[in-house]
Amino acid sequence: MKIKFPFSRRTGPTDAWTKCPSCEAQVFNRALERNHRVCPTCDHHFRLTATERIELLLDGGSFKERDAGLISGDPLGFVDSKPYPDRLEASRIRSGLPEAAIWGIGRIEGQPVAIGLFDFRFMGGSMGSVVGEKIARCFEGALAERIPAIVVSASGGARMQEGTVSLLQLAKTTAALQRLNEAGIPFISILTDPTTGGVLASFASLGDVILAEPRALIGFAGARVASGTVGEDLPEGFQSAERLLDNGFVDAVVPRSQLRVTVARLVRLLPVAGGVEAGNGRRAIRPIGVLQGLAKRVGGAVSETAGIETEPTPGSTK
Amino acid sequence: MTDTTLDQSPPAISPEAAEEAWRRVQLARHPQRPRTLSLVAQIFDEFVELHGDRTFRDDPAIVGGPARLDGRAVMVIGHQKGTDTESNIFRNFGSPLPEGFRKAQRLMRIAERIGLPLVTFLDTAGAFPGPAAEERGQAEAIASSIRLMTGLRVPIIVVITGEGGSGGALAIGVGDEVLALENAVYSVISPEGCAAILWRSADAAPLAAASMKMTAAEQHQLGIVDAVIPEPADGAHTDLPGTAAAIKQAILGSLARLDRLAPEDLVATRYARLRGIGTVIEVEVSTLRAASPSLGSRLGRLLGLPAGAPAPVLEDDELDQEGA
Repeated sequence: MKIKFPFSRRTGPTDAWTKCPSCEAQVFNRALERNHRVCPTCDHHFRLTATERIELLLDGGSFKERDAGLISGDPLGFVDSKPYPDRLEASRIRSGLPEAAIWGIGRIEGQPVAIGLFDFRFMGGSMGSVVGEKIARCFEGALAERIPAIVVSASGGARMQEGTVSLLQLAKTTAALQRLNEAGIPFISILTDPTTGGVLASFASLGDVILAEPRALIGFAGARVASGTVGEDLPEGFQSAERLLDNGFVDAVVPRSQLRVTVARLVRLLPVAGGVEAGNGRRAIRPIGVLQGLAKRVGGAVSETAGIETEPTPGSTK
Repeated sequence: MTDTTLDQSPPAISPEAAEEAWRRVQLARHPQRPRTLSLVAQIFDEFVELHGDRTFRDDPAIVGGPARLDGRAVMVIGHQKGTDTESNIFRNFGSPLPEGFRKAQRLMRIAERIGLPLVTFLDTAGAFPGPAAEERGQAEAIASSIRLMTGLRVPIIVVITGEGGSGGALAIGVGDEVLALENAVYSVISPEGCAAILWRSADAAPLAAASMKMTAAEQHQLGIVDAVIPEPADGAHTDLPGTAAAIKQAILGSLARLDRLAPEDLVATRYARLRGIGTVIEVEVSTLRAASPSLGSRLGRLLGLPAGAPAPVLEDDELDQEGA
């Protein structure tokens, strides 16, 4: 039995350097940190954890996680080399995360957004019941607050251990997104290394705007799925962000140093439909409209926070 | 279950269960299994096949068009496998390319615009995963088909007739009622693919098939399939007219139920159905956060590591790094 000591890349003095897998340069970890974990020599983008991604994208301290306590059941009683609940527990211990995605509300250059983030360290970012639930709630949260939705994907696809229950998470998340679309609320999908399988074959491909990180692996079929099914290997670089840009399936390949400013600009330029009030996160736009009509008839004034004030305003005599 | 050795936990799947699951997979893939066009000819009184996605080309792995069911017009879409080597090559073995899903979307939009109920037949090993599919946006084609179906304002009846293979099946498989023939299967990945990833061996395919609970009866128990349509004892391929009659009866039953719902109620009910799929447990966040360090420090002490050092974890190889 192999035993691995997964010292975090930044803990001990023995681990002050990281070898870049792309150019093989030894990079001083603090330099890597300062550079948003992008290799200063060759521009290789290291994978980010969900927490690092929040630090990169959102205003400091603005992120409020929602539904942090969701964990998965075992719908199939699935056992491969170990039972699925044991695998989940092992992943929780190893990654320190309850599941492969989180969601919450935060601000980007002052603008409120609902944001979902995958963490590839937890079972390869695979989407089962809980990930599907969190992404669906992210879209529903964006709808309720009438604020834009953002999802940063990093996923191997649907989680096999949950069978068709995980397959149907494609439809569950997409159904929630469809409601967001109908309500005129923008969705920005950010594809990072790697985004494949069921996540790409659902909401991640349906952004009003789709951004990708440089050289990220993005594709429908993972290499082993493709070769296992058709006995055919895909050519090198075929599933890269740059290739998807050429083929018309992403809007832009954005270097990490430019990601925050690009997303902030998009959020400003693609406002929520009919939502002048969107910025303050209130959801009572229509009810207030009804109350205002009523108030006019009864001769009162309306405050958005307190509802109808009974004192008649001077001059309203109708 | 036969005797189990002491040094390993009893397998969750008995050899008999694996064999039975594999038998169903073989029946679902039977070369003489009724294909969509054969079933359509039996079930519907009139049918005109429409071709092409109006953008790139016609994909013969997906067929569809308007048809008459007991006097009323409906829109039919289905995967189409071949019946021999030549027709299977022409049909790409029933594995659609992006243009197939885009043709399906075109027919769905026609159905919605003129108010025809949609009936789909699922029989595919999966969407084609090759370079041509990637280049033309296989993932986008599946995703946008799913999105279109979630909001379609007409009744959708899905019949899994053979193989319900992952995203390529779901792309025309989001419905208000999902029916399955008795020997049909439905899965997130092919048993061979699952075996290759989780067991690292294609020989484990029967075990993977049983583990994924992919038979119609098991999918019914899971609530993914609403009703199972019985087949003749030796399988649908032994009795095409009988199989078609049973499917027709089931579709008519579904349609009668769905006819009572207004379009907005259909869409709302469909949303509630999809929204409820999954096994999610809500726990106190503090219990989750506390669990990891305590076990970690216990393991650390066990191995004589200094306090505060990160917990060692067993190398879990990379079995779970790839999904479907």
